[in-house]
Amino acid sequence: MSSNTDFVLAVEGLTVSFDGFKAVNDLTFYVDENEIRVIIGPNGAGKTTVLDLICGRTKATDGSIKFRNRELTKLREHEIVKAGVGRKFQNPSIYGDLTVFENLEISFPRGRSVFGALAFKRDEEVISKVHEVANMIFLGDQLDRQAELLSHGQKQWLEIGMLLMQDPDLLMLDEPVAGMSVGERQQTAELLRSIIKDRSVIVIEHDMQFVAQIADKVTVLHQGKILAEGSVDKVKNDPKVIEVYLGH
Amino acid sequence: MSYQGFGALFPKKEMLGFLVLAIILAVILPLTLDIFRLNLVGKYLTYAFVAVGLVLCWGYGGILSLGQGVFFGLGGYAMAMFLKLEASDPESTKIQSTPGIPDFMDWNQLTELPFFWEPFHSFGFTLAAIILLPCIFGYIIGVAMFKRRVGGVYFAIITQALAAILTILIIGQQGYTGGVNGMTDLRTLHGFDIRTDSAKYFFYFLCVALLFACLFAAQFIRKSKLGRLLVAMRDKEDRVRFSGYDVANFKIFVFCIGGVFAAIGGAMFTLQVGFMSPTLVGIVPSIEMVIFCAVGGRLSIIGAVYGALIVNAAKTSFSESFPELWLFAMGGLFIAVVMAFPNGLAGLYNTYAAPKVDALFAKVFSKKPAVAAAPPPPATPLVNKPVATKTETPVIPQGALHE
Repeated sequence: MSSNTDFVLAVEGLTVSFDGFKAVNDLTFYVDENEIRVIIGPNGAGKTTVLDLICGRTKATDGSIKFRNRELTKLREHEIVKAGVGRKFQNPSIYGDLTVFENLEISFPRGRSVFGALAFKRDEEVISKVHEVANMIFLGDQLDRQAELLSHGQKQWLEIGMLLMQDPDLLMLDEPVAGMSVGERQQTAELLRSIIKDRSVIVIEHDMQFVAQIADKVTVLHQGKILAEGSVDKVKNDPKVIEVYLGH
Repeated sequence: MSYQGFGALFPKKEMLGFLVLAIILAVILPLTLDIFRLNLVGKYLTYAFVAVGLVLCWGYGGILSLGQGVFFGLGGYAMAMFLKLEASDPESTKIQSTPGIPDFMDWNQLTELPFFWEPFHSFGFTLAAIILLPCIFGYIIGVAMFKRRVGGVYFAIITQALAAILTILIIGQQGYTGGVNGMTDLRTLHGFDIRTDSAKYFFYFLCVALLFACLFAAQFIRKSKLGRLLVAMRDKEDRVRFSGYDVANFKIFVFCIGGVFAAIGGAMFTLQVGFMSPTLVGIVPSIEMVIFCAVGGRLSIIGAVYGALIVNAAKTSFSESFPELWLFAMGGLFIAVVMAFPNGLAGLYNTYAAPKVDALFAKVFSKKPAVAAAPPPPATPLVNKPVATKTETPVIPQGALHE
């Protein structure tokens, strides 16, 4: 359908319709190696749907999504994960009944089959990886704590940590700083800057200050279509974007 | 459980639970009860197999099956078919118009043994069938349901329908199954008369041994990463899926395991009680099995055994004195579990008794600071707090169980 490219992610002609309503309409964009792409747009613009489509949660009606030239639209969710795509949900999605350690351990990319999970051993490699990630996400001293008891911000970090355990080539974050305090936002921005080395990241975010801190390139979605694309400054001064999203 | 090291399969405190249960079942009860009562306990224990399977499926995996009676029946009928064939040798059935086939077939004008009965002449095949039939059946149901992401209340209703279907099938095909009477008049196992007291003792201890084998298997699963994945799936299924796991396969696995446990229980039921009938596999017994599990504690495999024992003992003594009141008592018990102690007996134990036991332990082992000094971590963090899961069902108000 589409030809091979050098991009990490090539989304071409992507369309999804729910009972005739086109939530995403003929969308085309490309993400470069080691790029941080931020997607912004008003509510209902289709931002989360785009992530859902890439990670396989929603099936595309039309179009193609190529990750390192591999078609994702036909793969199942866990196969997409194995291909190297990780996704963080909007609401912190963690396992409240397990400890922080166990939460991170589950995302360690080994023993993912039924019998693999039965035979899984918590060896040095796993333990040191969990500790390494836990320290990155500021939860190094909380490993034995039940995840349910963490604060909202810590839960967000924990989910980011779970993605780091997977070590994906493409990381997708849906509003990673929503509901965080100012201090936590600052820490999260640092965290994101430290984890984006050697991988591409797609972030959905509303906080324009935060966007300006991290983005290489911004895509503005509106009614399932791209309204504008480019650097933060370019997008900020685009009259169409100001009209529908940023406001005067 | 510490996150360091491999995490022992049997932490000290859980070891104690297994030990106490083993002493009660293998020493105290056989010494204090006459064989009639002990045989009854053996019968109750066959339901404990089902309850332990339900702890894995429902308590851990969040998959509520209201059709475990189906698996209980598969195991029970497989064993009953073997025993029935042995009891139907040409010598003892010579007054029939077709000697050598089970009596109920003769009554239903069957003149030869149906083909699917033939393999049950072999004891080896029967034993294999008790394990494999529930596996295959559970696998088919599991693939059909879980691969299509049918879960929660829909799954519960479908399993309940299966229990109804199996009952109707058994009753309708009485020439092949013995119909509503079930398979009765079972006598010997390889010439060993199952109706004698010594046989009852033997099967009781066999039942206890097999139950412990299942408990150990369940403990192994609980303590493996698969056990933690089940808890994770119950909590946030999508997160598990987007962490690279094919969630359906794990559900199918645990559903099959629960089925195999139930089938072993069913086979032991047939051996100890001496018959198998459709009233033991239908909707009502299947729901009772869920109640055993809920009363014992959905998250405790040991608790499930006590739940099965206590509810069944209460059922027997109640229905001996007030037969018409039993169903009300059962309903009341279930409401009490839902309202007052959502984690069942195991939850009560963990809240009220466990701290005292820990203190006692600390005293006894005070010479070993390693044990005494360790602050008593909850045996499983799960049991100590209400657990929120996504599955809700109007049949069993599971949501209420959590609050």
